[in-house]
Amino acid sequence: MLRDITIGQYYPADSIVHKLDPRVKLMAALIYIISLFTFRGVAGFILASLFLVFMIRLSKVPFSYMVKGLKAIVILMVITAAFNLFLTPGDQVLVHFWIFTITMEGVKNAAFMLVRLIYLIVGTSIMTLTTTPNQLTDGLEKSLMPLSKIKVPVHAIAMMMSIALRFIPILIEETDIIMKAQMARGADFENGNLIRRAKSMVPLLVPLFVSAFRRADDLAMAMEARCYVGGSGRTKMKPLRYKKRDYLAYLILIVYLAGIILLRVFL
Amino acid sequence: MNIIKASKLVHEYIRRDEEGNVESIQTAIDGVDLEVAAGDFIAVLGHNGSGKSTLAKHINALLEPSEGTLWVDGMDTSDPERIYEIRRAAGMVFQNPDNQIIASVVEEDVGFGPENTGVPTEEIWKRVEDSLRSVGMLKYRHHSPNRLSGGQKQRVAIAGVMAMEPKCIVLDEPTAMLDPVGRKEVLCAVSELNRKKGVTVILITHYMEEVVNADYVYVMDQGKIVMQGKPREVFSEVETLKEHRLDVPQITLLAHELRKAGLPVSKGILTREELEQELMGLYGSKK
Repeated sequence: MLRDITIGQYYPADSIVHKLDPRVKLMAALIYIISLFTFRGVAGFILASLFLVFMIRLSKVPFSYMVKGLKAIVILMVITAAFNLFLTPGDQVLVHFWIFTITMEGVKNAAFMLVRLIYLIVGTSIMTLTTTPNQLTDGLEKSLMPLSKIKVPVHAIAMMMSIALRFIPILIEETDIIMKAQMARGADFENGNLIRRAKSMVPLLVPLFVSAFRRADDLAMAMEARCYVGGSGRTKMKPLRYKKRDYLAYLILIVYLAGIILLRVFL
Repeated sequence: MNIIKASKLVHEYIRRDEEGNVESIQTAIDGVDLEVAAGDFIAVLGHNGSGKSTLAKHINALLEPSEGTLWVDGMDTSDPERIYEIRRAAGMVFQNPDNQIIASVVEEDVGFGPENTGVPTEEIWKRVEDSLRSVGMLKYRHHSPNRLSGGQKQRVAIAGVMAMEPKCIVLDEPTAMLDPVGRKEVLCAVSELNRKKGVTVILITHYMEEVVNADYVYVMDQGKIVMQGKPREVFSEVETLKEHRLDVPQITLLAHELRKAGLPVSKGILTREELEQELMGLYGSKK
Protein backbone atom coordinates (compact mmCIF):
# COMPACT_ATOMS: atom_id res chain seq x y z
CA MET A 1 0.00 0.00 0.00
CA LEU A 2 2.71 2.44 1.00
CA ARG A 3 5.00 1.21 -1.71
CA ASP A 4 2.92 2.97 -4.34
CA ILE A 5 4.14 6.37 -3.20
CA THR A 6 6.67 7.76 -5.61
CA ILE A 7 8.46 11.00 -5.07
CA GLY A 8 10.38 12.71 -7.80
CA GLN A 9 8.81 10.60 -10.51
CA TYR A 10 11.30 10.39 -13.28
CA TYR A 11 10.19 9.28 -16.71
CA PRO A 12 13.18 7.83 -18.57
CA ALA A 13 13.22 8.77 -22.24
CA ASP A 14 15.75 9.87 -24.78
CA SER A 15 14.88 13.46 -25.50
CA ILE A 16 16.73 16.73 -25.72
CA VAL A 17 14.93 17.96 -22.60
CA HIS A 18 16.25 14.97 -20.65
CA LYS A 19 19.77 15.77 -21.74
CA LEU A 20 19.66 19.42 -20.76
CA ASP A 21 21.68 20.59 -17.79
CA PRO A 22 19.51 20.50 -14.64
CA ARG A 23 20.37 24.14 -13.96
CA VAL A 24 18.75 25.12 -17.26
CA LYS A 25 15.62 23.21 -16.36
CA LEU A 26 15.42 24.75 -12.91
CA MET A 27 15.79 28.19 -14.44
CA ALA A 28 13.22 27.37 -17.12
CA ALA A 29 10.68 26.27 -14.51
CA LEU A 30 11.25 29.49 -12.59
CA ILE A 31 10.92 31.68 -15.69
CA TYR A 32 7.81 29.83 -16.77
CA ILE A 33 6.18 30.36 -13.37
CA ILE A 34 7.02 34.08 -13.54
CA SER A 35 5.64 34.32 -17.07
CA LEU A 36 2.38 32.66 -16.01
CA PHE A 37 1.72 35.39 -13.50
CA THR A 38 2.94 38.13 -15.81
CA PHE A 39 0.90 37.54 -18.93
CA ARG A 40 -2.35 39.36 -19.46
CA GLY A 41 -4.92 38.94 -22.13
CA VAL A 42 -5.48 36.34 -24.79
CA ALA A 43 -2.25 36.95 -26.73
CA GLY A 44 -0.07 36.22 -23.70
CA PHE A 45 -2.18 33.19 -22.95
CA ILE A 46 -1.66 31.85 -26.47
CA LEU A 47 2.10 32.36 -26.24
CA ALA A 48 2.29 30.57 -22.87
CA SER A 49 0.19 27.71 -24.25
CA LEU A 50 2.32 27.37 -27.37
CA PHE A 51 5.46 27.29 -25.27
CA LEU A 52 4.01 24.58 -23.04
CA VAL A 53 2.88 22.42 -25.95
CA PHE A 54 6.31 22.86 -27.53
CA MET A 55 8.02 21.70 -24.32
CA ILE A 56 5.71 18.70 -23.89
CA ARG A 57 6.41 17.63 -27.46
CA LEU A 58 10.17 18.01 -26.99
CA SER A 59 10.24 16.09 -23.71
CA LYS A 60 8.66 12.94 -25.23
CA VAL A 61 6.85 12.29 -21.95
CA PRO A 62 3.26 11.10 -22.47
CA PHE A 63 0.75 13.83 -21.70
CA SER A 64 -1.18 11.53 -19.36
CA TYR A 65 1.81 11.47 -16.97
CA MET A 66 1.63 15.22 -16.55
CA VAL A 67 -2.09 15.25 -16.00
CA LYS A 68 -1.60 12.83 -13.10
CA GLY A 69 -0.02 15.62 -11.11
CA LEU A 70 -3.20 17.66 -11.46
CA LYS A 71 -5.29 15.18 -9.47
CA ALA A 72 -3.47 16.16 -6.30
CA ILE A 73 -4.58 19.79 -6.55
CA VAL A 74 -8.19 19.39 -7.72
CA ILE A 75 -9.51 20.74 -4.40
CA LEU A 76 -7.17 23.71 -4.55
CA MET A 77 -8.30 24.42 -8.11
CA VAL A 78 -11.98 24.26 -7.17
CA ILE A 79 -11.54 26.60 -4.21
CA THR A 80 -9.48 29.09 -6.23
CA ALA A 81 -11.96 29.07 -9.05
CA ALA A 82 -14.90 29.50 -6.65
CA PHE A 83 -13.33 32.44 -4.87
CA ASN A 84 -12.56 34.19 -8.11
CA LEU A 85 -15.96 33.41 -9.53
CA PHE A 86 -18.04 34.68 -6.64
CA LEU A 87 -15.93 37.35 -5.04
CA THR A 88 -14.76 39.45 -7.98
CA PRO A 89 -16.60 42.76 -8.00
CA GLY A 90 -17.64 44.08 -11.43
CA ASP A 91 -20.19 46.03 -13.41
CA GLN A 92 -21.52 43.30 -15.66
CA VAL A 93 -23.58 41.13 -13.35
CA LEU A 94 -24.47 37.85 -14.99
CA VAL A 95 -26.22 35.93 -12.22
CA HIS A 96 -27.38 37.11 -8.85
CA PHE A 97 -28.98 34.92 -6.23
CA TRP A 98 -29.04 35.13 -2.45
CA ILE A 99 -25.59 36.47 -1.43
CA PHE A 100 -23.77 35.27 -4.54
CA THR A 101 -23.02 37.47 -7.47
CA ILE A 102 -21.31 36.26 -10.58
CA THR A 103 -19.84 38.96 -12.74
CA MET A 104 -18.24 38.86 -16.17
CA GLU A 105 -14.90 39.82 -14.59
CA GLY A 106 -15.29 37.00 -12.12
CA VAL A 107 -15.76 34.45 -14.88
CA LYS A 108 -12.70 35.78 -16.68
CA ASN A 109 -10.57 35.82 -13.54
CA ALA A 110 -11.63 32.32 -12.56
CA ALA A 111 -10.85 30.97 -16.01
CA PHE A 112 -7.40 32.58 -16.15
CA MET A 113 -6.55 31.51 -12.61
CA LEU A 114 -7.51 27.96 -13.42
CA VAL A 115 -5.41 27.98 -16.57
CA ARG A 116 -2.49 29.44 -14.65
CA LEU A 117 -2.65 26.73 -12.00
CA ILE A 118 -2.92 23.93 -14.54
CA TYR A 119 -0.04 25.30 -16.60
CA LEU A 120 2.01 25.76 -13.44
CA ILE A 121 1.65 22.12 -12.44
CA VAL A 122 2.12 20.74 -15.94
CA GLY A 123 5.06 23.06 -16.62
CA THR A 124 6.95 22.18 -13.45
CA SER A 125 6.15 18.49 -13.82
CA ILE A 126 8.04 18.56 -17.13
CA MET A 127 11.08 19.47 -15.09
CA THR A 128 10.65 16.72 -12.48
CA LEU A 129 9.70 14.11 -15.07
CA THR A 130 12.80 14.69 -17.17
CA THR A 131 15.37 15.14 -14.38
CA THR A 132 16.55 12.47 -11.96
CA PRO A 133 16.44 13.49 -8.29
CA ASN A 134 20.23 13.34 -8.18
CA GLN A 135 20.63 15.69 -11.10
CA LEU A 136 18.11 17.98 -9.49
CA THR A 137 20.02 18.23 -6.22
CA ASP A 138 23.27 18.64 -8.14
CA GLY A 139 21.72 21.43 -10.17
CA LEU A 140 20.33 23.07 -7.08
CA GLU A 141 23.67 22.88 -5.30
CA LYS A 142 25.49 24.48 -8.18
CA SER A 143 22.92 27.21 -8.86
CA LEU A 144 22.74 28.16 -5.19
CA MET A 145 26.53 28.15 -4.76
CA PRO A 146 26.75 31.97 -4.73
CA LEU A 147 24.73 31.86 -1.50
CA SER A 148 27.56 30.04 0.25
CA LYS A 149 29.37 33.39 0.28
CA ILE A 150 26.83 34.63 2.79
CA LYS A 151 27.37 31.45 4.85
CA VAL A 152 24.39 29.46 3.60
CA PRO A 153 25.46 25.80 3.90
CA VAL A 154 24.54 25.00 0.30
CA HIS A 155 26.55 21.78 0.06
CA ALA A 156 25.12 20.45 3.31
CA ILE A 157 21.57 21.20 2.19
CA ALA A 158 22.09 19.45 -1.14
CA MET A 159 23.69 16.48 0.63
CA MET A 160 20.75 16.23 3.01
CA MET A 161 18.31 16.32 0.13
CA SER A 162 20.03 13.54 -1.75
CA ILE A 163 20.34 11.38 1.38
CA ALA A 164 16.67 11.97 2.13
CA LEU A 165 15.78 10.84 -1.38
CA ARG A 166 17.91 7.75 -0.93
CA PHE A 167 16.24 6.81 2.35
CA ILE A 168 12.61 7.46 1.44
CA PRO A 169 12.05 3.99 -0.03
CA ILE A 170 13.92 2.35 2.87
CA LEU A 171 11.85 4.11 5.50
CA ILE A 172 8.64 3.40 3.60
CA GLU A 173 9.50 -0.27 3.55
CA GLU A 174 10.26 -0.13 7.25
CA THR A 175 6.93 1.57 7.99
CA ASP A 176 5.25 -1.22 6.10
CA ILE A 177 7.03 -3.84 8.22
CA ILE A 178 6.22 -2.10 11.51
CA MET A 179 2.57 -1.70 10.46
CA LYS A 180 2.28 -5.35 9.58
CA ALA A 181 3.97 -6.38 12.82
CA GLN A 182 1.50 -4.29 14.80
CA MET A 183 -1.47 -5.44 12.75
CA ALA A 184 -0.43 -9.00 13.49
CA ARG A 185 -0.80 -8.14 17.16
CA GLY A 186 -4.22 -6.61 16.68
CA ALA A 187 -3.53 -2.96 15.91
CA ASP A 188 -6.18 -1.33 13.77
CA PHE A 189 -5.08 1.30 11.25
CA GLU A 190 -8.06 1.29 8.93
CA ASN A 191 -11.22 1.74 10.98
CA GLY A 192 -12.53 4.59 13.06
CA ASN A 193 -12.77 8.30 12.45
CA LEU A 194 -9.92 10.58 11.52
CA ILE A 195 -8.81 11.32 15.09
CA ARG A 196 -8.83 7.66 15.99
CA ARG A 197 -6.80 6.77 12.95
CA ALA A 198 -4.35 9.56 13.64
CA LYS A 199 -3.96 8.29 17.20
CA SER A 200 -3.22 4.78 16.00
CA MET A 201 -0.29 6.24 14.04
CA VAL A 202 1.57 7.25 17.21
CA PRO A 203 2.81 3.77 18.11
CA LEU A 204 3.94 3.53 14.52
CA LEU A 205 5.95 6.73 14.59
CA VAL A 206 7.92 5.98 17.74
CA PRO A 207 9.74 2.87 16.49
CA LEU A 208 10.15 4.52 13.10
CA PHE A 209 11.86 7.53 14.64
CA VAL A 210 14.12 5.36 16.76
CA SER A 211 15.19 3.38 13.76
CA ALA A 212 15.67 6.49 11.65
CA PHE A 213 18.03 7.92 14.26
CA ARG A 214 19.93 4.66 14.44
CA ARG A 215 20.28 4.64 10.67
CA ALA A 216 21.44 8.25 10.71
CA ASP A 217 24.11 7.37 13.24
CA ASP A 218 25.31 4.41 11.19
CA LEU A 219 25.33 6.46 8.02
CA ALA A 220 27.26 9.29 9.60
CA MET A 221 29.90 6.82 10.76
CA ALA A 222 30.07 5.20 7.32
CA MET A 223 30.47 8.61 5.68
CA GLU A 224 33.19 9.57 8.11
CA ALA A 225 34.98 6.28 7.47
CA ARG A 226 35.02 7.23 3.80
CA CYS A 227 36.75 10.53 4.56
CA TYR A 228 33.71 12.79 4.21
CA VAL A 229 34.50 16.23 5.62
CA GLY A 230 31.87 18.40 3.97
CA GLY A 231 31.97 20.38 0.77
CA SER A 232 35.48 21.76 0.72
CA GLY A 233 38.17 19.90 -1.18
CA ARG A 234 35.68 17.60 -2.85
CA THR A 235 35.77 16.71 -6.51
CA LYS A 236 32.78 15.61 -8.54
CA MET A 237 32.31 12.33 -10.31
CA LYS A 238 29.70 13.88 -12.59
CA PRO A 239 30.48 17.59 -12.75
CA LEU A 240 27.89 19.82 -14.40
CA ARG A 241 29.18 21.49 -17.55
CA TYR A 242 27.15 23.61 -19.92
CA LYS A 243 26.99 22.40 -23.51
CA LYS A 244 25.91 24.16 -26.67
CA ARG A 245 22.29 23.00 -26.33
CA ASP A 246 22.14 24.50 -22.82
CA TYR A 247 23.10 27.94 -24.11
CA LEU A 248 20.54 27.56 -26.88
CA ALA A 249 17.89 26.69 -24.29
CA TYR A 250 18.76 29.80 -22.28
CA LEU A 251 18.40 31.87 -25.46
CA ILE A 252 14.95 30.44 -26.15
CA LEU A 253 13.94 31.16 -22.56
CA ILE A 254 15.03 34.79 -22.81
CA VAL A 255 13.16 35.25 -26.09
CA TYR A 256 10.05 33.70 -24.53
CA LEU A 257 10.17 35.89 -21.43
CA ALA A 258 10.76 38.98 -23.57
CA GLY A 259 7.77 38.00 -25.69
CA ILE A 260 5.50 37.72 -22.66
CA ILE A 261 6.68 41.06 -21.27
CA LEU A 262 6.31 42.83 -24.61
CA LEU A 263 2.79 41.48 -25.05
CA ARG A 264 1.89 42.73 -21.61
CA VAL A 265 3.31 46.19 -22.24
CA PHE A 266 2.02 46.80 -25.76
CA LEU A 267 -1.29 44.98 -25.90
CA MET B 1 56.80 -3.72 7.90
CA ASN B 2 53.53 -4.68 9.52
CA ILE B 3 50.53 -2.76 8.28
CA ILE B 4 48.74 -2.86 11.62
CA LYS B 5 50.36 -3.03 15.00
CA ALA B 6 48.59 -2.65 18.31
CA SER B 7 50.46 -2.38 21.54
CA LYS B 8 48.63 -2.70 24.87
CA LEU B 9 45.55 -1.12 23.28
CA VAL B 10 42.80 -0.19 25.74
CA HIS B 11 39.43 1.37 25.01
CA GLU B 12 36.96 2.44 27.65
CA TYR B 13 33.41 3.58 26.99
CA ILE B 14 32.67 6.16 29.64
CA ARG B 15 29.06 6.77 30.51
CA ARG B 16 28.36 10.13 32.14
CA ASP B 17 25.27 11.45 33.88
CA GLU B 18 23.76 14.85 33.15
CA GLU B 19 26.32 16.77 35.22
CA GLY B 20 29.17 15.10 33.41
CA ASN B 21 30.19 12.90 36.32
CA VAL B 22 31.41 9.48 35.37
CA GLU B 23 28.66 6.96 36.02
CA SER B 24 30.33 3.82 34.83
CA ILE B 25 33.30 2.74 32.79
CA GLN B 26 33.08 -0.18 30.49
CA THR B 27 36.32 -1.55 29.16
CA ALA B 28 35.63 -2.78 25.65
CA ILE B 29 39.24 -3.49 24.71
CA ASP B 30 41.62 -4.48 27.45
CA GLY B 31 45.29 -4.54 26.57
CA VAL B 32 45.26 -5.97 23.06
CA ASP B 33 48.54 -6.71 21.27
CA LEU B 34 48.20 -7.55 17.63
CA GLU B 35 50.25 -7.49 14.46
CA VAL B 36 49.07 -7.88 10.92
CA ALA B 37 51.48 -8.31 8.02
CA ALA B 38 50.64 -6.61 4.72
CA GLY B 39 48.72 -8.85 2.33
CA ASP B 40 47.39 -11.19 4.99
CA PHE B 41 43.82 -12.36 5.50
CA ILE B 42 43.16 -12.02 9.21
CA ALA B 43 40.00 -13.02 11.05
CA VAL B 44 38.91 -11.74 14.43
CA LEU B 45 36.37 -13.93 16.15
CA GLY B 46 34.29 -13.30 19.19
CA HIS B 47 30.73 -13.44 20.44
CA ASN B 48 28.59 -10.32 20.99
CA GLY B 49 30.21 -7.79 23.26
CA SER B 50 33.69 -9.24 23.01
CA GLY B 51 35.10 -5.91 21.81
CA LYS B 52 35.76 -6.97 18.24
CA SER B 53 33.71 -4.16 16.66
CA THR B 54 35.38 -1.61 18.88
CA LEU B 55 38.72 -2.90 17.69
CA ALA B 56 37.55 -2.49 14.08
CA LYS B 57 36.61 1.14 14.66
CA HIS B 58 40.05 1.80 16.08
CA ILE B 59 41.74 0.60 12.91
CA ASN B 60 39.75 3.18 10.93
CA ALA B 61 40.50 5.90 13.50
CA LEU B 62 36.79 6.28 14.23
CA LEU B 63 37.68 5.77 17.88
CA GLU B 64 40.74 6.91 19.74
CA PRO B 65 42.60 4.60 22.12
CA SER B 66 42.15 5.29 25.83
CA GLU B 67 45.53 3.77 26.50
CA GLY B 68 48.20 2.11 24.41
CA THR B 69 48.96 2.75 20.77
CA LEU B 70 47.73 1.54 17.43
CA TRP B 71 49.74 2.06 14.27
CA VAL B 72 48.13 1.75 10.87
CA ASP B 73 50.59 1.75 8.00
CA GLY B 74 53.12 3.38 10.30
CA MET B 75 50.75 6.14 11.44
CA ASP B 76 49.63 6.56 15.02
CA THR B 77 45.79 6.63 15.14
CA SER B 78 45.76 9.12 18.02
CA ASP B 79 47.43 11.75 15.82
CA PRO B 80 44.52 13.99 14.74
CA GLU B 81 46.39 15.33 11.71
CA ARG B 82 46.70 11.95 10.10
CA ILE B 83 43.14 10.71 10.61
CA TYR B 84 42.19 11.08 6.94
CA GLU B 85 45.39 9.46 5.76
CA ILE B 86 44.64 6.53 8.07
CA ARG B 87 41.08 6.28 6.81
CA ARG B 88 42.34 6.23 3.24
CA ALA B 89 44.83 3.48 4.10
CA ALA B 90 42.32 1.36 5.98
CA GLY B 91 38.81 1.24 4.54
CA MET B 92 35.90 -0.04 6.52
CA VAL B 93 32.77 -2.01 5.61
CA PHE B 94 29.95 -2.09 8.15
CA GLN B 95 27.30 -4.58 9.09
CA ASN B 96 24.14 -3.05 7.68
CA PRO B 97 24.39 -2.69 3.91
CA ASP B 98 21.53 -0.16 3.72
CA ASN B 99 23.00 2.25 6.21
CA GLN B 100 26.32 2.72 4.46
CA ILE B 101 25.21 3.39 0.90
CA ILE B 102 24.92 7.11 0.40
CA ALA B 103 23.88 7.69 -3.19
CA SER B 104 20.82 6.42 -5.05
CA VAL B 105 22.81 5.09 -8.00
CA VAL B 106 25.38 2.31 -7.53
CA GLU B 107 28.21 4.00 -9.43
CA GLU B 108 27.71 7.31 -7.66
CA ASP B 109 27.97 5.61 -4.32
CA VAL B 110 31.24 3.94 -5.29
CA GLY B 111 32.48 7.35 -6.41
CA PHE B 112 31.66 8.95 -3.07
CA GLY B 113 34.94 8.07 -1.34
CA PRO B 114 37.22 9.28 -4.15
CA GLU B 115 35.09 12.45 -4.44
CA ASN B 116 35.75 13.15 -0.77
CA THR B 117 39.48 12.79 -1.10
CA GLY B 118 39.64 15.14 -4.09
CA VAL B 119 40.48 12.66 -6.84
CA PRO B 120 40.17 14.21 -10.35
CA THR B 121 36.99 13.33 -12.29
CA GLU B 122 38.54 11.04 -14.96
CA GLU B 123 40.42 9.13 -12.27
CA ILE B 124 37.18 8.66 -10.30
CA TRP B 125 35.49 7.07 -13.32
CA LYS B 126 38.42 4.71 -13.80
CA ARG B 127 38.47 3.69 -10.15
CA VAL B 128 34.69 3.21 -10.01
CA GLU B 129 34.83 0.92 -13.01
CA ASP B 130 37.80 -1.05 -11.68
CA SER B 131 36.43 -1.56 -8.21
CA LEU B 132 32.93 -2.48 -9.42
CA ARG B 133 34.49 -5.01 -11.75
CA SER B 134 36.64 -6.47 -8.97
CA VAL B 135 33.53 -7.34 -6.93
CA GLY B 136 31.56 -8.45 -10.00
CA MET B 137 28.98 -5.65 -9.85
CA LEU B 138 29.89 -3.75 -13.01
CA LYS B 139 26.66 -4.59 -14.81
CA TYR B 140 24.62 -3.07 -11.98
CA ARG B 141 26.39 0.29 -12.12
CA HIS B 142 23.30 2.25 -13.18
CA HIS B 143 20.93 0.48 -10.80
CA SER B 144 19.40 1.87 -7.66
CA PRO B 145 20.80 0.23 -4.50
CA ASN B 146 17.24 -0.32 -3.28
CA ARG B 147 16.67 -2.90 -5.97
CA LEU B 148 19.70 -5.02 -5.08
CA SER B 149 19.88 -8.04 -2.77
CA GLY B 150 21.71 -7.81 0.55
CA GLY B 151 24.80 -9.57 -0.79
CA GLN B 152 24.90 -7.28 -3.81
CA LYS B 153 24.53 -4.19 -1.64
CA GLN B 154 27.36 -5.35 0.57
CA ARG B 155 29.53 -5.92 -2.51
CA VAL B 156 28.75 -2.37 -3.62
CA ALA B 157 29.85 -1.16 -0.19
CA ILE B 158 33.10 -3.11 -0.60
CA ALA B 159 33.59 -1.57 -4.05
CA GLY B 160 33.01 1.84 -2.46
CA VAL B 161 35.88 1.18 -0.08
CA MET B 162 38.09 -0.31 -2.81
CA ALA B 163 37.66 2.82 -4.93
CA MET B 164 39.67 4.69 -2.31
CA GLU B 165 42.54 2.28 -3.01
CA PRO B 166 43.19 1.30 0.59
CA LYS B 167 46.04 -0.94 1.64
CA CYS B 168 43.80 -2.74 4.03
CA ILE B 169 40.06 -3.23 4.50
CA VAL B 170 38.32 -3.93 7.75
CA LEU B 171 35.00 -5.73 7.51
CA ASP B 172 32.88 -5.48 10.64
CA GLU B 173 30.50 -8.45 10.51
CA PRO B 174 29.73 -7.84 6.84
CA THR B 175 27.59 -10.96 6.53
CA ALA B 176 25.58 -10.77 9.75
CA MET B 177 22.44 -9.52 8.00
CA LEU B 178 22.69 -11.63 4.87
CA ASP B 179 21.22 -14.93 3.75
CA PRO B 180 23.58 -17.86 2.99
CA VAL B 181 23.80 -16.99 -0.71
CA GLY B 182 24.65 -13.37 0.02
CA ARG B 183 27.18 -14.46 2.62
CA LYS B 184 28.96 -16.62 0.08
CA GLU B 185 29.00 -13.82 -2.52
CA VAL B 186 30.55 -11.36 -0.11
CA LEU B 187 33.19 -13.77 1.16
CA CYS B 188 34.17 -14.77 -2.36
CA ALA B 189 34.54 -11.12 -3.33
CA VAL B 190 36.64 -10.41 -0.25
CA SER B 191 39.00 -13.34 -0.63
CA GLU B 192 39.43 -12.54 -4.31
CA LEU B 193 40.46 -8.98 -3.46
CA ASN B 194 42.94 -10.40 -1.00
CA ARG B 195 44.41 -12.86 -3.49
CA LYS B 196 44.39 -10.78 -6.69
CA LYS B 197 44.99 -7.26 -5.44
CA GLY B 198 47.03 -8.09 -2.36
CA VAL B 199 44.77 -6.06 -0.08
CA THR B 200 45.16 -6.85 3.58
CA VAL B 201 41.81 -8.08 4.93
CA ILE B 202 40.66 -7.99 8.51
CA LEU B 203 37.41 -9.88 8.77
CA ILE B 204 35.47 -9.51 11.98
CA THR B 205 32.79 -12.10 12.43
CA HIS B 206 31.21 -14.68 14.64
CA TYR B 207 30.61 -17.21 11.89
CA MET B 208 33.25 -19.89 12.16
CA GLU B 209 32.82 -21.14 8.62
CA GLU B 210 34.02 -17.80 7.28
CA VAL B 211 37.45 -17.93 8.85
CA VAL B 212 38.53 -21.37 7.66
CA ASN B 213 40.55 -19.83 4.83
CA ALA B 214 42.12 -17.04 6.85
CA ASP B 215 45.88 -16.86 7.28
CA TYR B 216 45.66 -16.14 10.98
CA VAL B 217 42.84 -16.03 13.53
CA TYR B 218 42.45 -14.01 16.69
CA VAL B 219 39.75 -14.93 19.19
CA MET B 220 38.52 -12.18 21.48
CA ASP B 221 36.53 -12.43 24.67
CA GLN B 222 35.78 -9.61 27.12
CA GLY B 223 38.16 -7.24 25.40
CA LYS B 224 41.16 -9.55 25.47
CA ILE B 225 42.73 -11.75 22.86
CA VAL B 226 42.29 -15.20 24.30
CA MET B 227 43.45 -17.41 21.44
CA GLN B 228 45.44 -16.88 18.30
CA GLY B 229 47.01 -18.96 15.60
CA LYS B 230 46.34 -20.55 12.25
CA PRO B 231 42.70 -21.65 11.79
CA ARG B 232 43.72 -25.28 12.11
CA GLU B 233 45.46 -24.65 15.43
CA VAL B 234 42.62 -22.59 16.83
CA PHE B 235 39.89 -24.98 15.76
CA SER B 236 41.66 -27.98 17.19
CA GLU B 237 40.86 -26.53 20.62
CA VAL B 238 37.15 -27.23 20.46
CA GLU B 239 36.66 -27.21 24.22
CA THR B 240 38.47 -23.89 24.76
CA LEU B 241 36.43 -22.28 21.98
CA LYS B 242 33.26 -23.42 23.65
CA GLU B 243 34.39 -21.79 26.89
CA HIS B 244 34.50 -18.50 24.97
CA ARG B 245 30.98 -19.13 23.73
CA LEU B 246 32.00 -19.80 20.16
CA ASP B 247 30.96 -22.67 17.95
CA VAL B 248 33.31 -24.49 15.67
CA PRO B 249 32.42 -25.38 12.06
CA GLN B 250 30.11 -28.38 11.92
CA ILE B 251 32.68 -30.58 10.20
CA THR B 252 35.29 -29.76 12.84
CA LEU B 253 32.76 -30.56 15.54
CA LEU B 254 31.92 -33.90 13.90
CA ALA B 255 35.61 -34.79 13.68
CA HIS B 256 36.04 -33.76 17.29
CA GLU B 257 33.16 -35.94 18.43
CA LEU B 258 34.45 -38.87 16.40
CA ARG B 259 37.82 -38.44 18.05
CA LYS B 260 36.26 -38.35 21.47
CA ALA B 261 34.40 -41.54 20.62
CA GLY B 262 37.73 -43.22 19.99
CA LEU B 263 38.35 -42.93 16.25
CA PRO B 264 41.93 -41.95 15.38
CA VAL B 265 40.91 -38.82 13.43
CA SER B 266 43.53 -36.06 13.44
CA LYS B 267 42.96 -32.74 15.21
CA GLY B 268 41.79 -29.54 13.55
CA ILE B 269 39.88 -30.78 10.52
CA LEU B 270 38.32 -27.85 8.69
CA THR B 271 36.63 -29.03 5.52
CA ARG B 272 34.37 -31.82 4.43
CA GLU B 273 37.04 -33.08 1.99
CA GLU B 274 39.63 -33.42 4.73
CA LEU B 275 37.29 -35.47 6.89
CA GLU B 276 36.33 -37.62 3.92
CA GLN B 277 39.98 -38.37 3.23
CA GLU B 278 40.67 -39.17 6.86
CA LEU B 279 37.76 -41.58 7.00
CA MET B 280 38.69 -43.12 3.66
CA GLY B 281 42.20 -43.59 5.00
CA LEU B 282 40.81 -45.41 7.99
CA TYR B 283 38.23 -47.59 6.29
CA GLY B 284 38.94 -47.44 2.57
CA SER B 285 41.83 -49.88 2.81
CA LYS B 286 39.70 -52.53 4.50
CA LYS B 287 37.42 -52.86 1.47
